[in-house]
Parts: sequence; structure tokens; C-alpha cells
Amino acid sequence: MFIPTDEIIQTVRMIQQEHLDIRTVTMGINLLSCARGDVDATCALVYEKITSSAARLVEVCCGIETELGIPIVNKRVAVTPVSLIAPADPEGCVKLAVTLEKAASAVGINFLGGYSALVHKGTTPSERALIGSIPEALLNTSKICSSVNVGTTKAGINMDAVRDMGKVIKRAAELSAASGGSSCARLVVLCNAPEDNPFMAGAFHGIGEPDCVINVGVSGPGAVKCAIEQVRGCDFTVLAETVKKTAFKITRAGQLVAGLASARLGVPSGIVDLSLAPTPAVGDSVARIIEEMGVGRCGAPGTTAALALLNDAVKKGGLMASSHVGGLSGAFIPVSEDEGMIDAVRKGSLCIEKLEAMTCVCSVGLDMIVVPGGTEAHTISAIIADEAAIGMVNSKTTAVRIIPAPGKDVGDTVEFGGLLGSGPVMSVRQYDGNGSSRLFIERGGRIPAPMQSLKN
Amino acid sequence: MTEDSNKEKLKGVLTVIGKDRVGIIAALSAKLAGANCNILDISQTTMDDIFTMTMLVDVSDVKGGFGPLAKALEELGDSMGLRVRLCHVDIFNAMHKI
Repeated sequence: MFIPTDEIIQTVRMIQQEHLDIRTVTMGINLLSCARGDVDATCALVYEKITSSAARLVEVCCGIETELGIPIVNKRVAVTPVSLIAPADPEGCVKLAVTLEKAASAVGINFLGGYSALVHKGTTPSERALIGSIPEALLNTSKICSSVNVGTTKAGINMDAVRDMGKVIKRAAELSAASGGSSCARLVVLCNAPEDNPFMAGAFHGIGEPDCVINVGVSGPGAVKCAIEQVRGCDFTVLAETVKKTAFKITRAGQLVAGLASARLGVPSGIVDLSLAPTPAVGDSVARIIEEMGVGRCGAPGTTAALALLNDAVKKGGLMASSHVGGLSGAFIPVSEDEGMIDAVRKGSLCIEKLEAMTCVCSVGLDMIVVPGGTEAHTISAIIADEAAIGMVNSKTTAVRIIPAPGKDVGDTVEFGGLLGSGPVMSVRQYDGNGSSRLFIERGGRIPAPMQSLKN
Repeated sequence: MTEDSNKEKLKGVLTVIGKDRVGIIAALSAKLAGANCNILDISQTTMDDIFTMTMLVDVSDVKGGFGPLAKALEELGDSMGLRVRLCHVDIFNAMHKI
């Protein structure tokens, strides 16, 4: 036979039983050419550019799905950070958000990212307007994802923006109180945000990118877990090798899809994001991989080391499988989107502080964390500052996607539906009066860039 | 599917997994013949007491299109208690060959 039967069956099993899929094909679209002095004129050009560039995106991806027999779960678009083409008034910014929503619906995608501002060193008037408009923009849309980059290793952390984002997140939660503060699930605060990330909510089309590009994010926690079930009791060398081999196969599928989508759409192929992205489905969990490695419960001592090994092996295996690697590239640990993480929080083994430690060794950060509605803005800002500091000092991307669910407290659960899953409300160490972090956040200004930034 | 300058055949892989019974190959090959698909290679084995068959088929000129044929084969498999999937050979080559 042309390919050994067992290899064919292995692939079929990975797709059908182990949830191997292509998590997203994301088209990046440059909107800089759409900027006009009048916001209505800008909106018209934005709509035209997106609906023409991405007209065939969903159709082409569905064709590839059928031919290869591998699901492409999400077809998405990322655009130039909207603050770069937005007027300096929040109402105009919301108009742009509504236009993006219409364009997203017209081309049939489920999320569009890029309602974003990059303010790691300072904030322009239009960036200030856009950040202020985020709660209303998210309330008036359902597909638009927003991100704000508040720090980089090179620039340090803009603590004014960190302070403001605490308030923006609180307001976004309050406006969407009826759905548990669900607007916040489409809002992420980043440090060292990559310009070619295909994953939401942090995707945007960076200014160093071409006019249009195809980026692909792969997945496959279920396939990795099933592979390491075969090496129970073996040492870490064997464990790492097993993860690497599986990651190689997963990434090759992503590279194939990236090439096909790029050729058929006539758009250059950008990067493949070497990721392990879980879903709320049983058997598609990063937490369960950690537990399969021998840490009885995700969050127990050993979790960070297990995640470090997993993250490193995924990158090493994926690197050779892809021509260009980028995006976030690493294991994701979004609590509400991972059945094993949800279980670990409910059992009390996983807390925010342990998740913070885990973010030091894997991609992204505190992701899809639901906290009590009574969590104050300055506490959220302080959590963002901690996470941004980890990213800044370690030259990696970190992020905070946190949902202060109005009226909810520890023990409650908030349902977001679909890929966003459901999140148990987690306890936050918030202290009253002088015990709070308010004075730290109210200082304002910038945390200087660390020594690591001086590489020249 | 990548296009080859030599107009190489577009190849699909049909996988069949389930309990062995009379008429599996007959039914599937009739459906393939009806869609103008030539069977290039065939291999069958029993893995863990489960009947497993893989077929390499020429899908260069599928009557009615690749998608509808894949769906029809899947439904035919369902009616016989088998899991049947047709997909292009590229996915297997990508994942198992360097």
C-alpha cells in the first residue's frame, strides 16, 4: 500500500475520536488604506475592503475541510488595529465597530479581531477614544473582538493604560450583565502582543504585515493526551519525544491547510501558530494532558513543570513541520474553554495564583477567568500589571481575559456558550482599604523597560 | 489539492472501519464506479478485531463532485454499520511523510 494502513487509521482516529482539528484559518486584512477624515466614509471603505478580501474565505475553507476530512472549526478575520484608522471620538469608534460586525456577518465568519489599540508606550487621542468606546462597541456587536497592548519588553508597561483597562473591563461587564458580563470574553489586555496571531480575542493585523495574509492556528490536545497514554510510566525523555512527534503531525496538517487556503484565495501564507487550543468538549483538554503526565489534579504541585515540558515539546515538534511559525505558539490554558481546567477549579486544586505561575511557561496568560462581580477595577488593573510584568521580563506574550461577572460570586458558574464554554467564578485576593492595591495602580505613568530590552 | 504540472491523478483515500460483513467491497465499489472513480489500490486487515480497509482511488474526475461523493459514501457506510470516510491523500502524506 502507498501509505501504511496503520498510519492512515491513526490519522482518521486522531480526527474522528481525538478531536484533532484546525482551530482557525484567520485572514489578516490591512485597513490603513481605508482611513478618511469622515468616519462614515471610512466605514464604507472598511466594509468594502473586508467583504471583497474575505468574500471566499468561508467557502474555500469549507472546501478544504471536505477534501481533507479535517474540520476547520473557525474561519475568522483580523484587521489593522482600528485605533489607527479611527476618529478621536468614541461614537465614531462605535460606528466602526458596528461596520466591522456587518462585514463579519456578510462574509459568514464567527469572529473578527482588531478592535484594538497598541498603547504600550503612550496613548494617542484616537486610541484613548477607542479604549473608552470598547464597552459600548462590544455591547453593540457579537462578533467583534477587542484587544489592548499595554506593555512590551522594549517599552515597559504603560500603567495609565493598565489603570484604564481595569475600568473598561468593569464597564464592559456591567453593560453585558444580563449575559454574565460576556462582553469581557471578547476583550483581552496583552503584553508583547504578536502581530500575526490568528487566535481570538487577541488577533489583529499588525502594521508590519502585507496587505492581506492567511494565518492558521492548529489544535489537538486530545490527540496529544491519547498519544501519551501509550507511554505511561516512561521517563520524561520518552514523554517529551511522544509529544513532539504528535505535535509534528498536528502542525503538518495545519501547514497543509495554510498552503491550500493561501493558494486558493490568492493570498500569501503568513504563519502557522503552534498551539494546543482546548475546547470545552470532553477529550479536548490541556488540563487532562497535565493529569495524564502524572500530576493527579491540574493545579497541584508539578503542574507548572508538566506544562513547561508540554509547551516546549509542542514547539519543538511543530517547528520543523511548518515553514513559518508565529502567533502565540504554545499551549493555551483558558479556564472556561477547557473541561479539565473547569473541573480543577471546582475541585479547588486550581487558583488564579497557580494559573499566573503557569503563564510563565506557556503561551498567553490568565485566560477566560471569571471572578466575582464585586472585584474592583483597581484589583483587575493590578492583576493585569502582574501578568504584563511576567511578559515584559520574560520577553513573551502574556494576556489577561478576565470577566468580573456582575452579581456572581465564588461558587457560581457563568455560561458563555459555544467555544467560550462556562466559567466557575474564581476567588480573588482582594483586600479592603490600605490592604488593597489601589495606591499602586493610582500612581500612573510607565514602568521602565527592563534590562532585557537592552540587547543592541 | 496541489496541481502537478504532469496532470498527476488526484488521489483520494477511502477508509472503512467496523464489523466485517458480506458485501462491503461490492457496495462501496459500485458507488465509486457510479461516480467515475477508479480503484488504484486496496488493502484490508483486522486490527483489534475490527475490520479495517483502505482504498486508494482516483478522484481526478468525480461525477457530481468530491464533496457529494464523500457524503454519499459516508451515508452508505452508516447504513451498513461502518465508519466510511473519503479524503484526499494529501492529509496522510503531510502527517506521515517528511
